[in-house]
Amino acid sequence: MIGWFRRVWENDPRKDPNAVVYFLLAIFAVLFPLFASVVTGGSPNFLLSVAGDAGVYVLLTLGLNVVVGMAGLLDLGYAAFFAIGAYTYAFIASDHLAVTPLQTTLHVPFWIVLLIALFVAASFGVILGAPTLRLRGDYLAIVTLGFGEIVPRVFKNTSTWTSGVNGISALDTPELPIWFKGPWSGDPLAVVQNFKIFDPLGYYVIMVVLLVICVVLVRNLQNSRMGRAWAAIREDEVAAAAMGVNTVQAKLLAFAIGAAFSGFAGTFYGAKLSLVSPENFGFSVSITVLVMVVLGGMGNIPGVMLGSLLIYLVIFMVLPSLPDTVTSIANAIGLTGLTQASGDFPGIGEFAARLKFLIFGLILVLVMLLRPQGLLPSREREQELTKGTHDDTIIEDVQAETG
Amino acid sequence: MQTASGPASDAAILRLDHVTKRFGGLVAVNDVTFDVRKGEVFALIGPNGAGKTTLFNGVTGLIPPTSGSVVFEGREIAGTKPFKVAELGIARTFQNIRLFEYMSAVENILVGEHCRMHAKLWDSLFKLPRERREEKEVTDHAMELLRFVGIERWAHSYARNLPYGGQRRLEIARALATRPRLLLLDEPAAGFTPQEKVELMRLVGKILDSGVTVFLIEHDMKVVMGISKRIVVLDHGEMIAHGTPEEVRRNPRVIEAYLGKQH
Ligand SMILES: Nc1ncnc2c1ncn2[C@@H]1O[C@H](COP(=O)(O)OP(=O)(O)O)[C@@H](O)[C@H]1O
Ligand SMILES: [Mg+2]
Repeated sequence: MIGWFRRVWENDPRKDPNAVVYFLLAIFAVLFPLFASVVTGGSPNFLLSVAGDAGVYVLLTLGLNVVVGMAGLLDLGYAAFFAIGAYTYAFIASDHLAVTPLQTTLHVPFWIVLLIALFVAASFGVILGAPTLRLRGDYLAIVTLGFGEIVPRVFKNTSTWTSGVNGISALDTPELPIWFKGPWSGDPLAVVQNFKIFDPLGYYVIMVVLLVICVVLVRNLQNSRMGRAWAAIREDEVAAAAMGVNTVQAKLLAFAIGAAFSGFAGTFYGAKLSLVSPENFGFSVSITVLVMVVLGGMGNIPGVMLGSLLIYLVIFMVLPSLPDTVTSIANAIGLTGLTQASGDFPGIGEFAARLKFLIFGLILVLVMLLRPQGLLPSREREQELTKGTHDDTIIEDVQAETG
Repeated sequence: MQTASGPASDAAILRLDHVTKRFGGLVAVNDVTFDVRKGEVFALIGPNGAGKTTLFNGVTGLIPPTSGSVVFEGREIAGTKPFKVAELGIARTFQNIRLFEYMSAVENILVGEHCRMHAKLWDSLFKLPRERREEKEVTDHAMELLRFVGIERWAHSYARNLPYGGQRRLEIARALATRPRLLLLDEPAAGFTPQEKVELMRLVGKILDSGVTVFLIEHDMKVVMGISKRIVVLDHGEMIAHGTPEEVRRNPRVIEAYLGKQH
């Protein structure tokens, strides 16, 4: 069965699976609101809202893919920049500053904050990366890990500024200068100005537009002077430097671009939730995004998008509903006894709830065993993992020549 | 085979002055002084472990020398970062081929073009017209270089899938893409058949004709005799001879270094 699956996957006659995936993702994005409306019998808001949240993860994944997939840097504290983006929005687009020592308020429009957050997060990326990226790769992993732990803690403990664990709430609702009402929102057709985005469809549309823009930009970057420099650094940093690539600068740029994406996504996230709290930016967010990149196929843009959507589906939809699902299945097939707690057995629903992270782990292990290169890898990664990589003499030599 | 075209000017393009490199207690290069002149093929020979590659690493900044000075076109470069050295106009190949294996041959060369390109982040993000124009220019130039070294048929293969000789040539093309004025070749003919060696030396002649000074390391003395104007011989880090091929060939210390160990 598994063998059959692999054969079908690998002998896929289509020449460029990327094009197919882009196409399917586009169709999916366009049809999703309709689909959500149909399956829920006309109240798609919940599903659209979930899709907007999933989009945040796709954005995060696109950014981390630049760092990990393209430039080959391991960033374990990616959520820190996400937090920085979200708090940036909270500070300058709510009444919150009034209760800080500043005692004033700022209400910068969402669209401008997106850009500001992007630069703020990128600046933190540069501050963190500049001293670290000169060192060997492993140091970056440790430093980012620490940074990822520190940032939420800082937001938690500087409560005069951030309200600590309570977080900051009642963030401004984004406004669109122009919006079209119509049958899809249950209104007569009309053009509205300064439209406040309350309904999930609005966030969904904004997210899709942002994603399209980001994908185009990242693709451009990958096929450019800098994208090639990243690939070269990933393959052989010494050779890249000897060919005139400023490796420290190139890595710093990748790191800052990744941070910018994260800050950007943070702003959207904060605006949509209208609330930021230090609890939302823990290590698990960093790891989830990393898993999405690796499992989707490092370095390949449609691959990581696919990976993030599938993982999101599993973590936030399938696993939480698992207890209810197994309980109703047990009831449906007449095994009602299983749903009751008896002795050590807590009932099948609770049992499934306890096992859900084990199940998640098993899924990850299984996928990585079947597809070590990720679901939809880049050409390069595919080859590296199927044909083996440099032999040992060359690896020793890297160390010899970098001293 | 022609050695050099046109009169080689006497101006030194590269000058090494009392260069020493120690690795802990090991003196890999010991107080070496010589210069490479503009427009010549200059050869560095010596037995294995003599310190030849170490000297190249010192010049290109990969492992800066412990002491001494390296002057390129009148400018001190000892301790300069590798990418800066490449920008200044020195390119190199590696003894054990170091291509970007999972990039195509063209892409490998395009990495060499990197330091001569002007596209900024902004240009690339939005694919501005000047970025597209530049991409086309460098891609054309890369194809030209592939033809120049004679491996155009593998333009779109992964570097790792090229035959051995093709990989050595690709490394040279990639180095040339940085538009160097001085090209350092570290045993470019290693592992070649005599026929391939002849072809390679012809390529070196072509490179010289295009105005690039060539400084090469070769293990096999016979190969360099025909093509280089001047030779330096290194043994255990010491410079034991210096001069024209004829002078070097007759030098008793060279004969001893090369033959003494075998007999
Ligand atoms: N990075 C390094 N660290 C320690 N020793 C080195 C290093 N590179 C070269 N050596 C030593 O320096 C000596 C000269 O090596 P090398 O320059 O590679 O010789 P050649 O290229 O002439 O064969 C050898 O003994 C080698 O082991
Ligand atoms: Mg050597």
